[in-house]
Amino acid sequence: MAETETVAADHQRNPTGFQVFVVRLRRNLRTTTPYFAVLGIVLWLVVWWLLCEVLKAPRFEKMPGPVMVLKELLSPEPFLGISIFTEEFYQHVYVSCRRIFFAFCIATGLGVPLGLLMGWSKRFREYTFPILETLRPIPILAWVPLAILMFRGFEGPVIFLATLASLYVTTLNTLLGVDSIDESYFRAAGCLGSKPHHVFLHVVIPGALPFIFTGLQISVGVAWFSLVAAEMVSGDYGLGYLIIDAYMNNVTIPMVIGMVTLGFVGWGTSVIVRVVGSRMMQWRTRALALENR
Amino acid sequence: MDQNPEPENPQSADHAAGRGHIEFKNVSKGYGEEWDWQDVVLDLSMDVEPGKLTAVVGPSGCGKSTLVNLVAGFEMPEKGAILLNGNRITGPSHDRIVVFQETALMPWQTTYENIIFGPKIRGDMDKQELHEEAIRLLDKVGLRDFRDKYPLQLSGGMQRRAELARAIVNDPEVLIMDEPFRGLDAMTRELMQEFFLRLFEEHRRTNLFVTSEIEEAIMLADKLIILSNRPTRVRQIIDIELPRPRDFHMLATEEAYRYKSTALEILHEEAMKTFKTERNTQSDFVEAFSRRNQN
Ligand SMILES: Nc1ncnc2c1ncn2[C@@H]1O[C@H](COP(=O)(O)OP(=O)(O)OP(=O)(O)O)[C@@H](O)[C@H]1O
Ligand SMILES: [Mg+2]
Repeated sequence: MAETETVAADHQRNPTGFQVFVVRLRRNLRTTTPYFAVLGIVLWLVVWWLLCEVLKAPRFEKMPGPVMVLKELLSPEPFLGISIFTEEFYQHVYVSCRRIFFAFCIATGLGVPLGLLMGWSKRFREYTFPILETLRPIPILAWVPLAILMFRGFEGPVIFLATLASLYVTTLNTLLGVDSIDESYFRAAGCLGSKPHHVFLHVVIPGALPFIFTGLQISVGVAWFSLVAAEMVSGDYGLGYLIIDAYMNNVTIPMVIGMVTLGFVGWGTSVIVRVVGSRMMQWRTRALALENR
Repeated sequence: MDQNPEPENPQSADHAAGRGHIEFKNVSKGYGEEWDWQDVVLDLSMDVEPGKLTAVVGPSGCGKSTLVNLVAGFEMPEKGAILLNGNRITGPSHDRIVVFQETALMPWQTTYENIIFGPKIRGDMDKQELHEEAIRLLDKVGLRDFRDKYPLQLSGGMQRRAELARAIVNDPEVLIMDEPFRGLDAMTRELMQEFFLRLFEEHRRTNLFVTSEIEEAIMLADKLIILSNRPTRVRQIIDIELPRPRDFHMLATEEAYRYKSTALEILHEEAMKTFKTERNTQSDFVEAFSRRNQN
C-alpha cells in the first residue's frame, strides 16, 4: 500500500528540464520536421553549388562555391590562412563571442529593469519614453564616429555599439511585456492584499517574462548585426573584421567562411537564449509540451 | 432576515463566516468622456445580506461586472457608497475576494503557490498552519494530485476549483463571484454548481453571485436580484425559498418552475427594452437568451 503511494507520488512529480528535453527530442525525431530541416539545408547547398560551380551563372562567377569553401574550411593547411585547424579562426570566433557576451549582458542588465519600470510606473514612462523613441531611429552606424571618440581601443566602441542596438530591443519588448499582462492578474493580486512591491515581484516580472525572452532572442540577433558592422569599421579581430579584411585583400573564400561561421554562431546564441527562457518559464514550457508543440 | 450582526472591525483576522454585509446606497457609475458619457449603473440600491447567497442576474452588458468591480474596490462609484458592515469600501482588500469571470490564477505559479499566495504575502498566517490549510483545501477541491501543476495544465473545471480554494483560504467575509462557471461545458458546469452549493451550505459565507443563467441562480440563491437594462437598477427581488440542502432535483419542482417563469418574464421584458433602445444589435442576443433559458 505504502509502495503504491510513493509510486503515484513519483508519477505526479514534475519532470526535470532535461527529462522534458529528452522526451521532446524523441518525439521530434519521430516527426518529419528535423528531416525536412536537413533536407532544406542540403537543397540550399546544392543550389549554391549549381549556381557557382557548375553553371557559373552571371554575378555568381566571382563567388566561391560550397565545395571550395568546405575544402578550405576543413583543410589542415589552408591555402588562404583560415580553416578550423588554424588558431586564428578560433581567435576571431572567440573575440566576437566575447564582445557579444558583454554587450548582451549589459543590454539585458539595463534594458530589462528599465523596461519593467517603464511598464510599471506611468510617471517614469512619461519621462523616458520620448528619449527612447528619439534615440531608437538613429542607425547604429551613425554612432560609429562618436563611439570611436568616446572609447579608446577596439573593444570599447564595438561593445558600445552592439550594446546600444540590443538595449532598445530589450527595453521595448520588456515594456510591451508589462503592457500585455492581463488586468485581471493585477486585480487578483490586489484582492489578495498585495503591496506594490508584491505586485512588481509576483505579477509584473513573471507576466512580462515571455515577451522579455522573445525580445532577448531578437536582441542577440541585433547585437550580432551591429557588432559585425562595428568590427568592419573598427577592429583588429572578430568575424566582422575577418570578412572585411578578406574583402580588402581580394580573397573571397575567407569572407564566405566568416559569413557561414557567423550564421552558425549566431544561431547557437539564440538557441541558448531560448533554452534559458524555457527553463525560466516552466509554467509555459509544460503547457506547450502538453499541446504537443 | 434576522437581526444584523454588530458591524465589526473588518480587519480582525478570525472573522466567523457569514458576517459580511454589503449595502449599495444609491450607487451610480458610468463610463466615457463628457461627450459620450454613458451611465451604466444609476442610483442603484441593494443589500447583500450576511450568510446568504445573493444571485444577481441581468441582460448581458447591463453592468454586472461593473457592480463586481465596485464591490471589490477596483473602481469607485461616482455617486453613492458601498458599505461593508457599515464601513465605506475604498479599495480592494482580502475581506472581499473575487472569483473572476475568466480565470485569474497566476499562470506562473503552481496550484499550491496560487492557493497560498494571499496569506503568504500578507504574512498573517503561521507558515505551518497555512501549509496544512492549503493541503486541506486542495483535498477538498479534489486537486491534491495537481498541487504542483501549473494552471495551464489544469482543465477548466479544475481551474475554477483552484480559484475557489485560493479565495477561501483567505477566509473572506464576502465571496464575490462573477459568472464563475461561464465557459465550462454543461456537464462540468453542473458538477461545479453542486460542488459550490455544498461549499456554500457548509459555511454560509456571504456570497454575491453574478450569473446570466436563471437556473443556476435559482438553484443556488437565497435571494435573486434581477437587474434592469442599462442604466442599471434593481428591477425585482425574489426570495428563493427552496429548502436547503439543495440539489439538482429541486429545479424540477413546481416551486422552482414558478420562480423561473416569473424571472424569465421580467428578464425578457428588460431585454426587449434594450432591444428597442439599441436597435437591432441586440436582437440576436435576446432571442438566444430566451431560447437558452426556456428549454
Ligand atoms: N472600463 C470601461 N470603460 C468603458 N466602458 C465600460 C468599462 N467597463 C464596462 N463598460 C461598459 O459598461 C457596460 C457594462 O459592462 P459590464 O462588463 O459590467 O457588463 P456585464 O453585465 O458584466 O456583461 P457580460 O454579461 O458581458 O459579462 C458595457 O456596456 C461596457 O461597454
Ligand atoms: Mg461580466
